[in-house]
Amino acid sequence: MAEVQIKPLTLNFGPQHPAAHAVLRLVLEMDGEIIERADPHIGLLHRGTEKLIEYKTYLQAVPYFDRLDYVAPMNQEHAFALAVERLLGVEVPARGQYIRVLYCEIGRILNHLLNITTFAIDVGAMTPILWGFEEREKLMEFYERACGARLHAAYFRPGGVHQDLPAGLLDDIATFCDTFPQIIDDFEGLLTENRIFRQRTVDIGVVSREEAEDWGFSGPMVRGSGIPWDLRKSQPYDCYAELDFDIPVGKGGDCFARYLVRIEEMRQSLRIIRQCVEKMPEGPVQVEDQKITPPKRGEMKRSMEALIHHFKLYTEGYHVPPGDTYAAVEAPKGEFAVYLVSDGTNRPYRCKIRAPGFAHLAAMDYMCKGHMLADSVAILGSMDIVFGEVDR
Amino acid sequence: MIEALQDLGDYLAAALADDLLSQDIGHGQLNLHIKRPSLLKVLTFLRDDQNCQFKQLVDVTAVDRPEQPDRLELVYNLLSLKLNQRIRVKLTTDERNPVDSASGVFSSAIWMEREAWDMFGIFFSGHPDLRRILTDYGFEGHPLRKDFPLTGFKEVRYDQEQKRVVYEPVNLPQEFRRFDFLSPWEGMLRLPGDEKAEAQKSEEGGA
Repeated sequence: MAEVQIKPLTLNFGPQHPAAHAVLRLVLEMDGEIIERADPHIGLLHRGTEKLIEYKTYLQAVPYFDRLDYVAPMNQEHAFALAVERLLGVEVPARGQYIRVLYCEIGRILNHLLNITTFAIDVGAMTPILWGFEEREKLMEFYERACGARLHAAYFRPGGVHQDLPAGLLDDIATFCDTFPQIIDDFEGLLTENRIFRQRTVDIGVVSREEAEDWGFSGPMVRGSGIPWDLRKSQPYDCYAELDFDIPVGKGGDCFARYLVRIEEMRQSLRIIRQCVEKMPEGPVQVEDQKITPPKRGEMKRSMEALIHHFKLYTEGYHVPPGDTYAAVEAPKGEFAVYLVSDGTNRPYRCKIRAPGFAHLAAMDYMCKGHMLADSVAILGSMDIVFGEVDR
Repeated sequence: MIEALQDLGDYLAAALADDLLSQDIGHGQLNLHIKRPSLLKVLTFLRDDQNCQFKQLVDVTAVDRPEQPDRLELVYNLLSLKLNQRIRVKLTTDERNPVDSASGVFSSAIWMEREAWDMFGIFFSGHPDLRRILTDYGFEGHPLRKDFPLTGFKEVRYDQEQKRVVYEPVNLPQEFRRFDFLSPWEGMLRLPGDEKAEAQKSEEGGA
C-alpha cells in the first residue's frame, strides 16, 4: 500500500471551555489523539493594566493589582508596594510587615485551594471543589474583616497596610489554623492515593531541572522539578527571615509532584500563619511619614497640617525619586514581580508586571508535545493558570 | 550582598570589556548597559560562565523614551539560582533597527519578545514566531509606546442588526480628562528674583 500523508487535524480548544481556565484559546494540531503542536492564543482578557498604571498616581495604581491574579489578590499588591517602598527608601514597621505576611499566606492557601480543586475537577474528581470553596469562603471572610472586601482588597499600600486589624480577628484566624489541617487531610484522602487521579497525573507533563530553568519557571513549577528555590527563603522580604518554615520539593517534575508540593505548601503556610498570630507585635501598621501615608482621621479633625497632608496625598499623591527597581515576591503561582521605572513625578513612568503564569503558559507547546488530548487538560491544571495575570 | 554585586560587576567589566558601555548598582541591583550587537554574546556568557550561571531569563521588557534618539530601552532581567543574584541587562534601540532574538539562548524569551514586539514594536531578528500576543487579532499600533493614546483608536461592540462584533473608531461622549495635580511650586527649583540665594547656596556647598 502506498504511503499516505495525512494532514494533522486542527482542534480549537476554548475559549469557552470550562477546562480552559477562563479564556485560553488553545489551537492544537493533532495526529489522531496525540498532540503535535499546541499554540495558546492569549490576550482575550487583556485590559492594558500597564498602560493604565502609567496614567495613575502610585496609590491609585494599587487596585489594579487585585485584578491581575484575582485568586490571591494581596500577593500581587505586595510586589508593587515593595517596589515603591524600595524607590522611596522607607521601611515598613514590624506590625505592618507581620500583617502583610499573614495575609500573603492566607492568599497562598486561597490560591492552592482553588488550584488543587479545579485541577481535580479537570481530571474527573467532583467533590474537592465543593469542600474547597467552603474553606475559601472562610478565608475570604478574613480578608473582608481586615479590609472590607472579599476580593479586591487594596489593602497593602506602599508604606504598610491600609488599616489595623479589628479586635478578635487574630483569635479567629488561630481557630481556623486548628481546624484546617483536617481539611487538608481530607483532600489528600480523596486525591493522593486515588487510582484515577494518579493515572491522570503521574508522569504527565514532566519537566526536568534544566528545562524548568530554561523556560523561566518559578514557584511550585520549579519546586516540583526538584529545585529547592523559594524567594521567601533565598531573598527574604518583609519579616519572612524571622519565621520558621520549610520548602517542599517534589520528585519527578510531573503533574502529580506539583500537586504534592502545593498540598505541602498549604501546611507550611499554616505554620507561618500560626507564627504570625503568636508573634504579632504591637505598634503602627504603616510608615509614620505623612508625606507618604495618610494621617489618622481623628487627627485630621484637629490638625491643619494633617488636613493638608490628606488633601495632597489624595489629589497629587507623593513623588517618587527617579530610578528603577525590580521587586519580586513569591506569589502562590511563582515569582510575581514588578519592574518599576520612576521619573520623579507622582506617576510611574513604566510599570512592567512579570506574571509567573505567562512564563508557564509559554512552555505549553513544549510540555504538551506527544501527549494525549486529555493530558493537555491535566498539564494546564497543574500549571495553575489564571488569565487575569497572564493577559494583564 | 552589595560587595558580592560589586565583585560580580568588576568581573564582568574585565570579561566583557568590549561589549559593556557602563554599569551601575541602583537600589541593590546590578545594571549592565551593553552595546546592541553584543547582546547574544553577553547573554550567552552570563548563562554559561562558571562564575555567573544566570540560567533563568525572568523577564524581558522595554521602556519608551520618545525624547531620546534611541527611544526604546530593552531590559532583560536575569536570575541565577546558584549565586542567588539578579542582574539587569539594558540596551537601547529605535523603531527601525532590529535586535537579535535571545530565543536561542533562553526558551522563555520566545513569548517575552513576542510581547515586547506587540507592545513596543521592537523587531527581533531570528525569532522563530514573531506574532502579536496580547492584543486583538488584526490590531494596529503598539500600545505601550508613549505616543499611543490611552483610549486607543478602535472600539468594539456587538451589533444587533448585523449579528456580529463590529469595530468602530473610538467615540468618547466626554473628552478624555487627564488630571494634572503636579504642584507648580515643587517643580520650580529657582524662584523668580531669587537667583542670589541660589548662588549663595552653591557657594556654601562648594566650600
